[in-house]
Amino acid sequence: MSMNSIRDTFFEECEELLEALVEGLSAMEENAEDMDVVNAVFRSVHSIKGGAGAFGLNRLVGFAHIFETVMDKVRSQEIKVDEELMLLFHRSGDQLADLVEAARDDREPDAESEAAIIKELDAHLGDQPEEEDFDFAAVTLDFDAPQIDLPEADAGPSLRRFNIRFKPTAALYANGHEPLLLFDALAELGTLSVKADLSGVPDFDAFDPDSAVLDWTLALDTSEDETVLHEVFEFVDSLCDLEISVDEAALPDVEMLPEPQSMAEAHGTPDPAMASPPPETRPAPDAKMTEPSQKSASKQVAPSRDEPRGPKPTLRVDLDRVDRLINTVGELIINQAMISQRIEELELPAVAHLTNELEAYKLLARDIQEGVMAIRAQPVKPLFQRMSRIVREASEATGKKSKLITVGDSTEVDKTVIERLADPLTHMVRNAVDHGLESPEKRVEAGKEAIGTIRLSASHRSGSVFIEIADDGAGLNRPRILEKGIEKGLVPPDTELSDQEIDNLLFMPGFSTASEVSNLSGRGVGMDVVKNAVAALGGRVSITTSPGSGTTFTIVLPLTLAVMDGFVISIADQTMVIPIASIIETIRPSRRDLHCIGTDGEVISVRGSYVPIVDVARNLGLSGGARDINGGVLLLVSTEGQGLTALRVGAIHDQRQVVIKSLESNYGAIPGVSAATILGDGKIALILDPDELVKLHPGLHYSPPASPPRMELRHA
Amino acid sequence: MLDVTEAPTETQFEFITFSSGEQSFCLEITQIREIRRWTPVTKLPHTPADVLGVMNLRGAVIPIFDLAARFGFGETPDNERNVVIVAAAGGTTIGLLVESVSEILSVAKSAIQETPDIKSEAARQAILGVISVGENMVRVVNLDAVLVNDMGGGV
Repeated sequence: MSMNSIRDTFFEECEELLEALVEGLSAMEENAEDMDVVNAVFRSVHSIKGGAGAFGLNRLVGFAHIFETVMDKVRSQEIKVDEELMLLFHRSGDQLADLVEAARDDREPDAESEAAIIKELDAHLGDQPEEEDFDFAAVTLDFDAPQIDLPEADAGPSLRRFNIRFKPTAALYANGHEPLLLFDALAELGTLSVKADLSGVPDFDAFDPDSAVLDWTLALDTSEDETVLHEVFEFVDSLCDLEISVDEAALPDVEMLPEPQSMAEAHGTPDPAMASPPPETRPAPDAKMTEPSQKSASKQVAPSRDEPRGPKPTLRVDLDRVDRLINTVGELIINQAMISQRIEELELPAVAHLTNELEAYKLLARDIQEGVMAIRAQPVKPLFQRMSRIVREASEATGKKSKLITVGDSTEVDKTVIERLADPLTHMVRNAVDHGLESPEKRVEAGKEAIGTIRLSASHRSGSVFIEIADDGAGLNRPRILEKGIEKGLVPPDTELSDQEIDNLLFMPGFSTASEVSNLSGRGVGMDVVKNAVAALGGRVSITTSPGSGTTFTIVLPLTLAVMDGFVISIADQTMVIPIASIIETIRPSRRDLHCIGTDGEVISVRGSYVPIVDVARNLGLSGGARDINGGVLLLVSTEGQGLTALRVGAIHDQRQVVIKSLESNYGAIPGVSAATILGDGKIALILDPDELVKLHPGLHYSPPASPPRMELRHA
Repeated sequence: MLDVTEAPTETQFEFITFSSGEQSFCLEITQIREIRRWTPVTKLPHTPADVLGVMNLRGAVIPIFDLAARFGFGETPDNERNVVIVAAAGGTTIGLLVESVSEILSVAKSAIQETPDIKSEAARQAILGVISVGENMVRVVNLDAVLVNDMGGGV
């Protein structure tokens, strides 16, 4: 493994850690008292720091260290978490992410914001601890104080005995950890006695060298704090059963532990400044190993001994490998379809068992395909988490107050979809805060909470992924949008538009409602870009709004990019596929609904409105014999450039899932065609792209040159 | 290209020769993936006449060109001996329809002569050199030029 690939792994891990950090911070917002959560956050920062140190990323280490130190104060309950501090933590998290990114790309990070945050973090380190120290020292026990300002002034008196029970799992050894080294590290902290429990060792013939059979009981007399002990075990935390407890009976000569109780009682009321839960008394002598001493928890840190928190075993796989597998499985599906077809052609007697086997084969192939697709599927959680930062920044920039609620963030979507959704989603979330929500004053006026809510939800519905971005703002201002649309020349001044048509003006290129360019909007990115990005993923965006109570944008996406539902249609004498997602309805036209306009314009009346007809064969330059005005089927599609359009095709043969094959890798883009697929007979069928297809309409003035430049080449 | 100082045991190059538009051509064997019988292809819309369409090569969609048409000799006449030479260059795989495949030619590097100085720029680019085989002259096809010419414009 080269240094570079280790470095890559580090940054991959950093991403996961940052995710965990963001998650932890949001959990802290709910309940900052939950030490497990605080510990998780601390660990994330700490692990980033550790890794960064190994790569000499000093800047990252420096920042992580300060962040971690403040975090440590929180977990030792020296600092109480309030709203302001939470915000600072969020910003620190963002800054840490920026620094990680900068380190990865070898860039210089933004020093200004870093310095600002460091200053604020420092402020929490500087003043408060002293106060709190004082409180602690005054109210509770004198021996608590030395523990807080860790190493110094902590000589003999607080020598304590820790009982450690350490039972490694097989995974610990498999990962190359060596208990002896851990014990060595412990021995450096104080006087260590080790007792191995050999009872688990089986007879020689039943011995499995890969299993973990030993566990150890250790006793350590040390002046160090329990945290330090946990640090020793930090990297094996999830790979072993670890119990650390203070044996309060063992060293009676040191400190009287029952004393705090009596003192607290003597004082009568516990001091409110002491944020920690009051040290519950418990007869010390029976400090059972299974019971982590509550005292130690209240003093420093709750040991993270809950195994479920350990990461689920996962496998890091090169994406290329997965893609190759997906490709091969696609072949399998095609191959299965081909075999089915061949066997049908044989016209075997119906009793042949082959049909059953074939059916089983088909199901298996489907299963494998779904399984493989699931590898690529990832929860939208990280994507949604990134949005919380967007909301925060957007709120700050606009002076609005808002919070983000995410729903269904375990919904799984294809990795590529997630990657390519990040930009559109960022934009929409930013828009929701900027345009969707009203200012706090207006909200209060309208009788709403001053804090606006952005709700981000994901769900699976009927083979598609639905992602909704909802705000509880004022809703779309339709008259304003229409006015703007007319002003920008997007619609003629005297048009009557339905509500929905007005809403859809937002997606028109060159549309922006913000009358003044704010910090956020006016970056030249409009909703049309969002729409295109989503369309490129085979999805669509729609809006619903209700005045006074908010606007919801819904993105509907296919589950995967590798497979698609399509109609198998014939055009001229060719078989092609058209994505079902793009089709609104199919019409078998009756003569009286069809009307001609000019010499070759044709429209069909669909419930009172006239929809232009586009002959697919003609647009593709395929001469499919004489045009038959009666024949064929019309597919009603909604296209980007032309609104509703009816596509005339020869016939619809079938509806099926097709495996998408890129044409561009070996040939190049072909107008009107998005990709190709392989049918059951092994032949290639082209997959049509309705949006592009309509643009090729010979009768429309904005169509590109009828023949692509390629035509010229052969004469060159 | 002519290098007379080289020892007679110099590396042999292997070519597959084929005829297209009644002329002899060859491609270096390392560029050729396989040779297939002609089967009907799926036509592509809005493509020039030398692009016959796309074919399914074990799951990959590869474009098929009519080499004769590409060189301006007109369409390859329909013939039972027609084959598609599947060739790969620079990450793309294409199929070339040719009239028939003749033989494998093993020649020393020194036997490859530079393309004679002919007028047509396009022809000179498409040919890397020529090899004389008995009475015949075999043209070494520059696959990259065939690809680039094509890919460059349309995409």
